[in-house]
Amino acid sequence: MKSRKYAVCLGVSALALMVPTLPALADATSDGIAHYRELLAEGNPAELWEMRGEELWREARGPKKATLEQCDLGQGAGVVKGAFVTLPRYFADTKRVQDLESRLLTCMETLQGIPAAEVAATPFGKGEQENIEALVAWISAESRGMQFNVPTSHPEEKRMYEVGKRAFHFRGGPHDFGCVTCHGDDGKRIRLQDLPNLTQPADAARGFGAWPAYRVSSGELWSMQRRLNDCFRQQRFPYPLYGSDVTIALSTYLGVTANGAGESIAPAIKR
Amino acid sequence: MAGPMRIRAASNGTETEVKVLMSHEMETGQRKDPSGALIPAHHITELTATHNGRVVLSGQFGPAVSKNPYLQFRFKGGAKGDKVTVSWVDNKGDKRSDEVVVS
Repeated sequence: MKSRKYAVCLGVSALALMVPTLPALADATSDGIAHYRELLAEGNPAELWEMRGEELWREARGPKKATLEQCDLGQGAGVVKGAFVTLPRYFADTKRVQDLESRLLTCMETLQGIPAAEVAATPFGKGEQENIEALVAWISAESRGMQFNVPTSHPEEKRMYEVGKRAFHFRGGPHDFGCVTCHGDDGKRIRLQDLPNLTQPADAARGFGAWPAYRVSSGELWSMQRRLNDCFRQQRFPYPLYGSDVTIALSTYLGVTANGAGESIAPAIKR
Repeated sequence: MAGPMRIRAASNGTETEVKVLMSHEMETGQRKDPSGALIPAHHITELTATHNGRVVLSGQFGPAVSKNPYLQFRFKGGAKGDKVTVSWVDNKGDKRSDEVVVS
């Protein structure tokens, strides 16, 4: 009898010990993930792409043997600093809203004579696409720490925002799946990856402002175009064309949502 | 043809901290390409870091090291303006050496 009572006592104290440790355990998990990310970020290989991108910008290339230094990314010819956080935007010369990648295609074609359609059809990570990845790494790094300020004054920009919003919330395909399925709620996670709620400004800035990023799993630098492609793949939709309007519309929606809500940390590092 | 390394070296008066980011495929030799053929191993085998010509670190790398490896280490001594050189050799005989001034 005595011993049983002792056992019960022990049981109660063990329970009492366990209850407060449960939330502490959850904290330790997310702290652990945060620490792991910190360690990863310290030696972000995206820097290797940045270095190459800076060289590529100033290197005379293509049939016209020209550099990209006269490329207008929206802040005037040759201005790179701060350009990334104001894209996508409307460009009068092409009469369309363009994101960084599609704008680079335009510059490569007009300045260097490299055919844009050919580059757009090149698989990611190969040939000229590899060069675009280096360029976006450097150009986005030049705006590191700046707040998003994607313009919405032009009617085309407003239209692209609305189209992007619809595309983001559009569910379809064999799994009745949309961007919003994974990125429409707070505090969701897939394994170790936090899922930002891209309909909310702070999370949109955190999510949109992290791409382009180095992916540790594949050892490649992914541009926003490639990241969006992956979303379409997971929705079991056909891949959109490189630099197509739907991808630019989605970027416009995410960028405008992120306006003033956070800093760009691109190119970031992702597992 | 490997790309340049990114090296940073900072001295706090007594110790110098060096951070190196290498650009290398680091192919293990165990992966297969889409046709099923083995992709031959291609990785760094030896790494040497020198401070004003004196070897402060030498290491042997193998297939277990990740693509685009990052290495961080400290050595005693070193002052602002000193030179730190990092060089590696891979299993195909390719070499790369980059130098940085300690800040």
